[in-house]
Amino acid sequence: MSTSELVKTQKDASTVSPPRSKRPWLSERLQSFLLLLPSFIATGIFVYGFISFTIYISLSNWRTLVRDMSLRQPLLANYADLFAMPRWQADLRNTVVFTIFFMGISLGVGLGLAILLDRKLFAGTVLRNVFLFPYALSFVVCGVAWRWIFNPEAGVNILFNLLGINPLLAAVGVGPLQPGWATDPTILLKVNDALALIWPAAGKLQVQFGVPVAMIPVAIAASWQLSGFVMAMYIGGMATIPEEVREAARIDGATEWQVYRRVLIPMLAPVTISLAVLLLHTSLKIFDLVYTMTGTGPGFATDVPAIFVFEMMFKATRYNLASAGAIFMLIAVGVVIIPYLTSSLRKG
Amino acid sequence: MVARQNTIPRKPVASRIGHILLWLVLILAFLFYLMPIYVMVVNGFKEAANVSLSTMWSFPDNIQSGGFAEAARKLWPNMQNSLIMVIPATIISSFLGALNGYLLSKWKFPGADVLFTIMLFGFFIPYQAVLLPLVRFLQTIHLYGTIPGLILCHVVYGLPITTLMFRNYFAGVPTELIEAAGVDGAGMLTIFWKVMLPLSVPAFIVVGIFQFTNIWNDFLFGVTVVPNPASQPVTIALNNLSGSFSVDWNVVMAGAVIAALPTALVYIFLGRYFVRGLLAGSVKG
Repeated sequence: MSTSELVKTQKDASTVSPPRSKRPWLSERLQSFLLLLPSFIATGIFVYGFISFTIYISLSNWRTLVRDMSLRQPLLANYADLFAMPRWQADLRNTVVFTIFFMGISLGVGLGLAILLDRKLFAGTVLRNVFLFPYALSFVVCGVAWRWIFNPEAGVNILFNLLGINPLLAAVGVGPLQPGWATDPTILLKVNDALALIWPAAGKLQVQFGVPVAMIPVAIAASWQLSGFVMAMYIGGMATIPEEVREAARIDGATEWQVYRRVLIPMLAPVTISLAVLLLHTSLKIFDLVYTMTGTGPGFATDVPAIFVFEMMFKATRYNLASAGAIFMLIAVGVVIIPYLTSSLRKG
Repeated sequence: MVARQNTIPRKPVASRIGHILLWLVLILAFLFYLMPIYVMVVNGFKEAANVSLSTMWSFPDNIQSGGFAEAARKLWPNMQNSLIMVIPATIISSFLGALNGYLLSKWKFPGADVLFTIMLFGFFIPYQAVLLPLVRFLQTIHLYGTIPGLILCHVVYGLPITTLMFRNYFAGVPTELIEAAGVDGAGMLTIFWKVMLPLSVPAFIVVGIFQFTNIWNDFLFGVTVVPNPASQPVTIALNNLSGSFSVDWNVVMAGAVIAALPTALVYIFLGRYFVRGLLAGSVKG
């Protein structure tokens, strides 16, 4: 940015500006368009062409290995079947619960770490690198490791004994802390009855809506991997805020805490919005981590739409149902991402 | 900075408590972030006879090859698959992204931004929405089940993000450089080749690392486009290893370390560029 401004001022200062090239503009624009065309066509086919095909399958009778491309009547029957499935209803519930925990933990921890590291610290760079490290690993590696950490017979449950938490609980007469983690089918805060009061159709729901406790360890593992990314984005954002802003707030008598609470965090709102959009879209698509860490879980307690679509597509070969699920995922992601993309386009 | 130092003598006790709390939180976070890595490494080094869930947190009795020998033997063919996939896919998608980014930032035609935004959406879609037609398409062109098929997927679906990163990079390169070259009679592609490419080495490092990490860590394309276990990338092989009941637990942990090693090494040695890629790849808000 500064270089281009520098060059510009130099150019304005010189009285003799170089003559503009005489080649016609139209042909240059056309040439640029033609050079970009292969990429546009590739994206057109691989993204929009294939999506259109999937939409068509989601409306078709193709439900076995035998290809049947006739349209199913009524038109949205596959979608009706999909939303009537207990497993899909559980998946939607799990996605909401996962999103809340995952976004809450990642944004909170990431911002917290960024603030804690926002000062001259011994080994500050080392800490920052350690916190971001999980982001360089694959979801599969992450899932494999956390699967053992949250194994009810190992991992953190043994740590509770080693760290003296369980002996302490026993001393005050409380049973040991031995959660089943991802193997626990319990649903907390069941809301079906309450939901039925405001939305009568909720009475027809096939699954208990609430918080499946098995989803919490999955959200912790995902946050382990992505909170470092949140931290890095916030640190990047803080670096763009001039020191004078903090100075001014301090001169006005703000404490360190108030400088963050009242000045820096509000100024970081654009970063927060970007992060919220990116994390939300990640959580709508989450697949590899859950697939390797817990799979579908007890009673589909950790199943997610991406796993449902994958299994319906490549194991059960229910192609029309799988496509309907995939298109629903696409719509959900589109609702989050498209406004974000168009607004950054308008900003230029 | 000066003001912050001045606040210290004002409230010495409070700030000392604050300092202790700060470090307490940071040390706990440090341990939490390293915990899964500790579990993988420590148990990977245990021998099959010594590995048990109850001793998960303890050091191995003696450092030997542990599960690494068997994990390496099992995963090596898949590591090779991943390598011959990730290297061409990274190079091709970076190079095409550079050309696209150059054209979209320096030779804009009417509607270029809109077309680019439509293209960029392709980076965010859940790939489940394209998998069935993609598999059929690859079968038709006889690339289904092959590494070149996977490379094609990673190049095409990687184009939006590499184009975005180079577009932002070239936007910061002065247009006067192009005008000067244009005066000398150089064409659009000559300018790209002779002027812009030599300037964009830093961008290539950032985009290359970003793509290398993304493609190496991919699971969905690998598992759907390549059904034959012998031809699959290492992420899928690791998942198979982890789900297999006949494989000892120490081997799985060692396998996770091995599968993570390439991106981990890139992060450790080129972390600076990795962070830059994150900030550049996240679409400015």
